[in-house]
Amino acid sequence: MTNGWIDIKNTDMMLIMGGNPAENHPCGFKWPIEAKRNRNAKMIVVDPRFTRTAATADLFVQLRTGTDIAFLGGLIRYVMENNRIAKDYLVQYTNAAFIVRKGFKLPEDGLYSGFDAATHTYDKATWNYEEGGDLKGKPDTPGDGAPSANPPALPADVAYDLTLEHPRTVFQLLRKHFSRYTPEMVERITGVPKDQFLKAADLFTSIRKDGDTKKVGTIIYAVGWTQHSSGTQTIRTAAMLQLLLGNVGRAGGGVNALRGHSNIQGATDMAGVFDLLPGYLKVPTMADVDLKTYLTRITPKAAKPGPWNSFNYWSNTPKFAVSLLKALYGEHARKENDWAFHYLPKIDRRYSWAEIWDDMYRGHVKGLLAFGMNGVAIGPNSSKNIDALKKADWLVVCEIYPDETSEFWKSPGITTDEMKQIQTTVYRLPGAGFAEKDGTFVNSARWLQWKNAALPPPGLARLDQEILARIFLKVRELYQKEGGKFPDPVLHATWNYTDPHNPSLAEIAKEINGRALADVTDPKLNQTIKAGQQLPGFAWLRDDGSTSSGNWIFCGSWTEAGAQIQRRGTEDPSGLGIYPNWAWSWPANRRVLYNRASCDLSGKPWDPDRAQVWWNEAQQKWVGNDVPDFKPDSPPKDHMGPFIMNPEGIGRLFVPLAGMADGPFPEHYEPTESPIDNPLHPQQTHNPLAKRFSTPLDKFGSPAEGYNIICTTYRLTEHYHYWTKNNPMNVQLVPEPFVEIPAELADEMGLRGGEKIKVTSARGHYLAKAMVTRRIKSMIVDGKKTYQIGIPIHWGYRGIAEDAGKTGLTTANQLSPAVTDPNAYTPEFKGFLVKIERA
Amino acid sequence: MSNGPLEIKAISGHAGPVPGRDTSRDYDVCKLVDVTTCIGCKACEVACLEWNGYPFRETVFDNTYQTMPDLAWNYYNLIRFNEHTASDGTFSWLMRKDQCMHCADPGCLRACPADGAIVQYANGIVDFQQENCIGCQYCVTGCPFNIPKFNPETKKVHKCTLCSDRVGVGLEPACIKACPTGCLHFGSKDDMKDLAGRRAQQLREHTAHTNAGVYDPPGVGGTHVIYVLHDISNPEAYGGLPANPRVPWTVKLWKGPLKWLGNLAMFGGLLGVTLHYLRFGPKQVKEDHAEGKS
Repeated sequence: MTNGWIDIKNTDMMLIMGGNPAENHPCGFKWPIEAKRNRNAKMIVVDPRFTRTAATADLFVQLRTGTDIAFLGGLIRYVMENNRIAKDYLVQYTNAAFIVRKGFKLPEDGLYSGFDAATHTYDKATWNYEEGGDLKGKPDTPGDGAPSANPPALPADVAYDLTLEHPRTVFQLLRKHFSRYTPEMVERITGVPKDQFLKAADLFTSIRKDGDTKKVGTIIYAVGWTQHSSGTQTIRTAAMLQLLLGNVGRAGGGVNALRGHSNIQGATDMAGVFDLLPGYLKVPTMADVDLKTYLTRITPKAAKPGPWNSFNYWSNTPKFAVSLLKALYGEHARKENDWAFHYLPKIDRRYSWAEIWDDMYRGHVKGLLAFGMNGVAIGPNSSKNIDALKKADWLVVCEIYPDETSEFWKSPGITTDEMKQIQTTVYRLPGAGFAEKDGTFVNSARWLQWKNAALPPPGLARLDQEILARIFLKVRELYQKEGGKFPDPVLHATWNYTDPHNPSLAEIAKEINGRALADVTDPKLNQTIKAGQQLPGFAWLRDDGSTSSGNWIFCGSWTEAGAQIQRRGTEDPSGLGIYPNWAWSWPANRRVLYNRASCDLSGKPWDPDRAQVWWNEAQQKWVGNDVPDFKPDSPPKDHMGPFIMNPEGIGRLFVPLAGMADGPFPEHYEPTESPIDNPLHPQQTHNPLAKRFSTPLDKFGSPAEGYNIICTTYRLTEHYHYWTKNNPMNVQLVPEPFVEIPAELADEMGLRGGEKIKVTSARGHYLAKAMVTRRIKSMIVDGKKTYQIGIPIHWGYRGIAEDAGKTGLTTANQLSPAVTDPNAYTPEFKGFLVKIERA
Repeated sequence: MSNGPLEIKAISGHAGPVPGRDTSRDYDVCKLVDVTTCIGCKACEVACLEWNGYPFRETVFDNTYQTMPDLAWNYYNLIRFNEHTASDGTFSWLMRKDQCMHCADPGCLRACPADGAIVQYANGIVDFQQENCIGCQYCVTGCPFNIPKFNPETKKVHKCTLCSDRVGVGLEPACIKACPTGCLHFGSKDDMKDLAGRRAQQLREHTAHTNAGVYDPPGVGGTHVIYVLHDISNPEAYGGLPANPRVPWTVKLWKGPLKWLGNLAMFGGLLGVTLHYLRFGPKQVKEDHAEGKS
């Protein structure tokens, strides 16, 4: 979240789309309700189904799953056509006025300039700004533009036109790009009737009616946006809409991702992704031959219009990286050995979730450690995952219940004879439940909150850190005894814990925060942190080996003043729900990111009633209720951009160069399995960069083959993933798997609620009872009557109902395809084609 | 379900004064259910079960998100899910927390013949005292909301206690504590009526629910559980909430004006038996007949 859960109470307008917070985040949903109750805020819910969130909304719009970019693109067009933009914010705080270089082509035919059909990648040289000064009123001369540097880099002095009139300003290109997303086109693609779309568009953008700059709107989403083959671009479209409306950085505004699990945010922060190191540092590639090459590649240089200023906070990357290496390898990371940079693994290609299973299926991955996740059930294309496990040599599952992964050989369809052929050795480790562990959760609002263990793990169950520590120490012992290809990174990894076999999470949290390894002095503050002391914040990190930090964004969470993450202060002096003394929020205990943008150019809040930070002329610094997300002493006259993590200092409507794999602007592409050709460009229906796999189990269906019903998957309030099917209380509330079927479709099939049905995709089938409902209606998509159905994912072949023989023993993800988004590599769980019949 | 700290106002089937009357001064309590902010999460259902110590039960899929078709003797609190299309075509998914309404004029208490089986506390809570229940189920007939449920094994009737055991020691009911959205409120009847009234007014003035209102039916003297409804003119849409609930006229008649008739019949019968005994003496049993039967 750019903002936080509590901050939603400050909003005037909510667009909830690609998420179902009332069902999947019921505790957090109190804040949207507060906004409605206390501010008369309006709530618009856009979803394929009328959900429990929709039940409390002011306006519900049913859209076809996977068409969110078309809907949001239509909103962007509406904002521009109806002058609902925040003009000053747009010109000063975004790249709307920047000039894009010649040769850049919009995707009228579905492809941006630079597409290479052989490799399905883009040469992004033209996805850049033009160099050189104010082009206000200057004619656009023909030609291809200056050749760009090799490798292409952002120009230091970006050309701009503050009148936004130059035809190659980002603003004009944006207008042209989204001019195709007319209400009629939105209706053809999304299935949302034009009048309904216009109603929603008018309501959401009404906050900027008649030049109002005080009101604020928020966008709230979850995996309903990410789990598509254009998921990342969907979220970009939302961010762009919020920039046009001037809603980012403001209390009650922002783009707010609701994280589905208690610590999924923490997992991402701590690099639970193959191409990230802790704190969103990039993982080195094969081309990064030494630290210097690596740091040069990943450290951006400021790029902005001449008269403007850019903080370019990522220019501190070397400090974060060297401090991380010091945390990882301690005294073995020295200046002479490039801070042990060569110990870090280098990636030569993608190793995302779907790739791991594909590699295992192809026999390249021989073993898997499965902790805290049920890899078979969460899919996608679960049948392939099961087949992959059959080919593995070994599997370690650490869980609190037997699950579909730890008993993958029991998957329905595997005969007893086939079971005997499976040679995979499975080790099942008894893990501890969440209430049996202490440590932190990082919530959606980026708060690190410490929790205490409620009770010890039962029986032989062990804490995760003990299991991992014992495995690590055993592996290290093997390297010590037997050597190996490259033992140093394992032998030299820092492991300074009081109990090496069971490190305390408090010790680890302190290590992640980081400490001074030598005395570190800040001459400006006239303050010194002594060697051995915990660092007060990431501004103290150095690239000379005098500091260590396991994750720079968490630096400040456990200081000499104590564990900030354990704080429980309930003071909220501003009344904005900031609660500065409750737990600790990264970065720097800042609750709303980019909060400089909550003020106008002169440093005064757009809305004085919701003042977060402001420029104090007397003190010559930024002050406020929240921690300013800005260079504290940069006066407004210097025009430093509020988006300090971008080298331009501004919010990006146009993402230059390598920012996005599949285009500087978002474009609607059809889901990989879709009932229609893309109405925008039928010859380029799908995202050209979405990754498909090529094993015999990676099959795709089409309407011509009878797969003409759209299926989406989701979760219920009453269940948590694949755990609670083992808990009688949850099973009582929703006892069995079901499939939600539109009443109209059921009538056509003569199907009644409670009858058993079989849902089949090109990859597998799912057996469950039909829930016939009027909450999903038929839609007209590009002139064709279309039905959507929905499957809650919570069942499989192990659990109370399953063991009692009451279910079909199939997992919903046997239906979903392993097609991934090219930016975040998230699979397309949310929209694919099926057929249904009576079982 | 006896409660020391709470003052008792009325006792079913009880002759004479109410013990403890005028000794405690609890105010009228009230639960407010703002149906417009209910998200059907069922936290209240689980909290209710856990507080009352009832086991989890086996349920069956019934083409709905609703946990089961109706309340049960050991399931006091149920969210009723209803898909509703208004006359103007507007579709809504209504979720109403169903439980005992704790009527000011409780039909169950009026109908109950067992001394002390149903009590109404001065704070408005209507509570069943199972140790005094005779299992006649007259309370079931007497309730206009179809709330009391009979346990066939113990032959006792149960329903929501409004957590009298929690309220009696100054706590809010378990469902209130569990509610994540603040759709449930608990306080004095006056405060809850005020809060509900303002919320309904807000809905009428600032949302499309121009017919929002507060459900506090006068036919049962008002209730100690009140609802804010999107459309006050159509409570039936919320899973059979009666538009104008009343204590059944049969119960009123039988327990009211006709009570002397019953008493007369009973005393008349007794008198008849006595007279018959005096006139004819004890009944003679014929030995041979008894043997022939056995």
